[in-house]
Amino acid sequence: MSGGVWRDLVGQGPTIETLSRAVAEPAAMTHAWLFTGPPGSGRSIAARAFAAALECPGGGCGECRECRTALDGSHADVDVVSTEGLSIKVERVRQLVQLAAMRPSVGRYRIIIIEDADRLTAYTDAPANALLKALEEPTPHTIWMLCAPSIEDVIITIRSRSRHVRLRTPPVEAVAELLQRRDGIEAPMALYAARAAQSHIGLARRLARDDGARIRRHDVVSMATRIVGVGDAIGAAADLAQISDEESKASASERDAAERTRLLETLGADPSARTQPPHIRSQLAALEREQKTRSTRHARDMIDRALIDLASIYRDALVLHLHSDVDLVNPDALDKVRALAGVFSAEQLLAAMDAITEARDRINANVTPLLALEAMALQLRIPRDLGV
Amino acid sequence: MSPAAFPALTLVSGPEEVLADRAIATLIDQARASGADVVRLEATAYEPGALRIHASPSLFGGETCIIVRGLHEASDELQADLLSLLAAPASEVHLVVAHASGNRGKKVLDAMRKQDAVVIECPAIKSDRDKSDFVHKEFTRARRTITSEGVRALVEAVGQDVRELAAACAQLVADTEGTITDAVVDTYHGGKVEATGFRVADAVVAGRTGDALRLLRHAIGSGVDPVPIVAVLAMQLRQLIKVGAAGRGSSNQLASSLGMAPWQVDKARRSVGHWSPEGLAVAVQAVAAADAEVKGGGRDPVYAVERAVLTVTRARGIR
Repeated sequence: MSGGVWRDLVGQGPTIETLSRAVAEPAAMTHAWLFTGPPGSGRSIAARAFAAALECPGGGCGECRECRTALDGSHADVDVVSTEGLSIKVERVRQLVQLAAMRPSVGRYRIIIIEDADRLTAYTDAPANALLKALEEPTPHTIWMLCAPSIEDVIITIRSRSRHVRLRTPPVEAVAELLQRRDGIEAPMALYAARAAQSHIGLARRLARDDGARIRRHDVVSMATRIVGVGDAIGAAADLAQISDEESKASASERDAAERTRLLETLGADPSARTQPPHIRSQLAALEREQKTRSTRHARDMIDRALIDLASIYRDALVLHLHSDVDLVNPDALDKVRALAGVFSAEQLLAAMDAITEARDRINANVTPLLALEAMALQLRIPRDLGV
Repeated sequence: MSPAAFPALTLVSGPEEVLADRAIATLIDQARASGADVVRLEATAYEPGALRIHASPSLFGGETCIIVRGLHEASDELQADLLSLLAAPASEVHLVVAHASGNRGKKVLDAMRKQDAVVIECPAIKSDRDKSDFVHKEFTRARRTITSEGVRALVEAVGQDVRELAAACAQLVADTEGTITDAVVDTYHGGKVEATGFRVADAVVAGRTGDALRLLRHAIGSGVDPVPIVAVLAMQLRQLIKVGAAGRGSSNQLASSLGMAPWQVDKARRSVGHWSPEGLAVAVQAVAAADAEVKGGGRDPVYAVERAVLTVTRARGIR
């Protein structure tokens, strides 16, 4: 059951069962699906695998052309929509609705996968509302698949028009096993990465492969035992903002420049000219605006990830406090976890985690990241230097 | 007016338009007094060759004063024409060139400086001190006296725009007699305060609750958005904490290591003594909460800022 197209979807037995039954029996099939699950649990992998299984004449063999193209997103009838900006725009949704009205060209179904369905409602509900009609009265052969972190992230009218599939957080061992099998990573490293990433598959892969990401994670986690005075807190917040800023700049600048050159080539403009003619300038300005939204989103995502890492050490300290029988996320930083557990009471640890959550919420609500981080770091101050 | 008083080459350099306007007006008066024709050219509307037409000798003799404004946005043609005129100066032409700032037209500037052009500096009037000096000079020029309280009141009331300040000075000179005190200024500009986020933040950091609230209301009343006010407040508190944590050292050293300007370090140093670390922590958290509220998290942005101002000024008392 878990082979074929489903092999990269780890630790989701019940879900795979539901989906395979839908592929096998037409009566168990429906036209709109909503995949929810924590980030990194494999929502979009599940959607793609499901799409492959539906297009595959053999019901998801994982080997044929249909399966392979659907899985890597190049199948002619499988459209994967995601955004690198902060929201999916209503114009884009309208295009999709038009596309949904067309018959499939080569496969059995036309499948539209929206990977960031939670970003349909980022600022207004308009993009989500534009989808409702198409979702409710679909053309035969058209299947919608929406992915979102939780069912609360899509508006209720979408929820009621789709069938809900809930993915769980995959067990650490399953993620480690996937990293070993798919990416050829050594067992100890795979286990460390899976644990440190809290079963977030994509993140675990990056941690296992990228030294820089490991170092940055270590820096973030060690911050918890460094914040003593008010000055330390402000410094730590600035460091945190800077770490994510640098990372987002490093990954963006090269790509931005390449996109700019390509646009200039397309427009037949001289890339070396100091000032471009007005019609080209306006196109360049539009590109720069797009790049800026992308980098805002990326920087926010980086900070969010760093904050999840930071919260994990307080979570571990709380685990020690309560003597509960749960694995630690940071067994490699046990001395720091112990020190935190020694200096904070359980209530204080919970308050610290609340402060981190509040900062994440605030940054999402457009508060200047640095200010939100400062307010958070000030609540994480420890009473004395712990010497770890 | 003797020819010596009216130079062949004059460069009006600097971004302050009021001063540049004045310098040029004086030069025009001088030119007219000496019987020269006055030709004004705007760099943005320049037609190639116009300079040479005006600079060529007239059949009836006489002198010409050519005024070129806006060299900082001059086209390449204008720059080329200016350079060729400078290379072969005509004895009956007086050239006045105004340049605000920036690198554009640098060749022309260099050429003029090399030929000993008279330079009239028009430095930007930005800080409150610059503005006070400006007001003092205005009244001295008009042979009037103004008390320092009067200067302060005037700058507070109409200091946002230098042109407006100059006009207010002229009005006071024309309409009043004797020494100008703050009471006289109040008669003309009473109740008007131009508040910015910075002045609100200054009052908050100094613990002047009443002033801060009053300035905040003025600022919002005159169209300042609550968002930048909160941002400025956050920045000031951040600087206080940074400077407080940095310890001793010259303000220049600290400024470069903290990424601040030296005057900001000095200012923060003067205020930080009145604050306890705990108070600053409370203050920053209040400001962060207000930032979330003014950006859509709360119903009333103005109330959110007001509450933050009250919390922060109260936090100053925490020991």
